[in-house]
Amino acid sequence: MSSHALEKESPDEPAAINRLAADPASRRRFLKMLGGGAAATASFGLLLSACGSDEGDSDGGDGGVEISEGPDPAAPSAPPPEPAADVDIVNYALTLEYVEADFYAAVIERGPFSGKQLDLLKVIGDHELQHVEALFNTVGALGGTPAARPRTRFKLGSASAVAGLAATVENLGASAYLGQAGNIQSKEVLAAALAIHTVEARHAAALNRLTGRPPTPQGAFAKPATMAQVLPQVMPFIVS
Amino acid sequence: MLESKLAAPELAAVEVHGMTRAAFIMRSALAAGSVYGLHTVGPFVSQALAQDSAGDIEILNFALTLEFLESDFYRSASGLSGEAAALATRFGDEEAEHVDALTAAIRGLGGKPVGKPQTSFPGGGQGAFLKLAQTLEDTGVSAYNGAAPKIVSKEVLAAAGSIVQIEARHAATIRLLNGEDPAPVAFDRTLTEEQVLRAAGPFIEA
Repeated sequence: MSSHALEKESPDEPAAINRLAADPASRRRFLKMLGGGAAATASFGLLLSACGSDEGDSDGGDGGVEISEGPDPAAPSAPPPEPAADVDIVNYALTLEYVEADFYAAVIERGPFSGKQLDLLKVIGDHELQHVEALFNTVGALGGTPAARPRTRFKLGSASAVAGLAATVENLGASAYLGQAGNIQSKEVLAAALAIHTVEARHAAALNRLTGRPPTPQGAFAKPATMAQVLPQVMPFIVS
Repeated sequence: MLESKLAAPELAAVEVHGMTRAAFIMRSALAAGSVYGLHTVGPFVSQALAQDSAGDIEILNFALTLEFLESDFYRSASGLSGEAAALATRFGDEEAEHVDALTAAIRGLGGKPVGKPQTSFPGGGQGAFLKLAQTLEDTGVSAYNGAAPKIVSKEVLAAAGSIVQIEARHAATIRLLNGEDPAPVAFDRTLTEEQVLRAAGPFIEA
C-alpha cells in the first residue's frame, strides 16, 4: 500500500527531466565538454576485463581529440556556442522513438494481431509514445530544437514477419541506447536514457520470446551499437 | 501481520550475510525495496554510493554482491520444469558470468573484490521461485540504473550498461512467465529526489 502512495506522486516521465528543465547549471556543463564524446566511443565496446589497461585515459582528455572551448573567431561560420553533444544524442534517440512509435501505430491499426499479442504490442507502443514525449521535452530543456518527426513507411506482411521486425527494431533500440550511454555528459540525461534503455531491453526480450528467439541473444553481456551502425538500419523506414 | 503491508514481502525473506559495506548496502536496498517498492531501490543505491574513482570500485563491489545473490538464487532452484527450468539454468549461468567479469574489473582497477556473501532464500515451489526471480531481477535493474550515473570511468559505465540490459531482459522474460507485463512502466526509474529521500532515508547511514 505504501508503494502505491509513492507511485501516485510519481510523474509520468523521469524526474531527472523535470530537474534538468529547472537547472541551467547542468546545461552549462555541456559547453566545456563540446566535442569530447568521440574518445569515449572508441573504447565503449570494451568489457570489464579491459578496465585496467588504459588507466589515466578514462576521461577521454588525452585521446587526441581536440576540445574547443568555443567557436573559433577566425572561422566565418563557426557553430553557435550552444550544447551540441547531449542535444544531438537526445535528438537521435527521439528520432528512433518516433520511428518505433509510428511502427506500432501502423501494426496496431492494420497489423495481423489480436488478443494477447495485440495487447502486448499496444503496451509497447504506448511506452514508445511516452519516450517520444519525454525526449522531446528534454531537447527543449537542453535549449535545443527537437528533431522533426520523420515521415515513415512500413511494409507489414505476415504476423511472424511483423513480430520478427518488431523484435529486430527493439533489439536495435536497446543497443542504440547502450551505445550512447558513455557519450552523455549530463548525469540527469544519462539517468533518463538508462531508464529508457532497460525498457527497450524489456520490449526486446518480450518480442524475442514471442518470435521464439532467446531472451539474451548476445549472451551475458549486451553489445552497444554506434549511430553509424544503427542509422542505416532505420533509414529504410524513413520516407522523408 | 506486518508482512501484508510490505510492498514486496518476498524480498524481505531474502537474507544476505557479510560484513562488507557492499553487503550492508545490499541488505538495505532489499529492505527499502520490500517496504517501499522496487522502484525505490535504484534511488536508494544512488544515495548510498559515493562518486569518485574509489566510488567506482565501491559500485562494482555492490554490483558483485548483487550478482552473487542472483547467481546463488538460480543455483538454489529445485523442482522446476519446462521453460522455467531452462531459463533458470540460462540466467544462472549469465549471472555467474557477471560475477566473473565484475571480479576481474575490480582487480583491474586495483581494488579488492568483496567475498561471496552467505545467502538464503525462502522455498516453496515453482510459483514462489518465479515470483522471487521477478522481484530480484527488477531489483537488479533498479539498482544498476540507480548506481550508473555515479560511475566515473567510461569503461565501467559501459560494462554496467552491458550487464543491466541483460538484467532487464531476464526481468521481462520472467514477468511474461508470471503472466505480467514485461515492462510495467515506460521508464524504469521515476522518483523525484524528494521522494527518494523520504523513501530511503531510514536506511541510509548518516
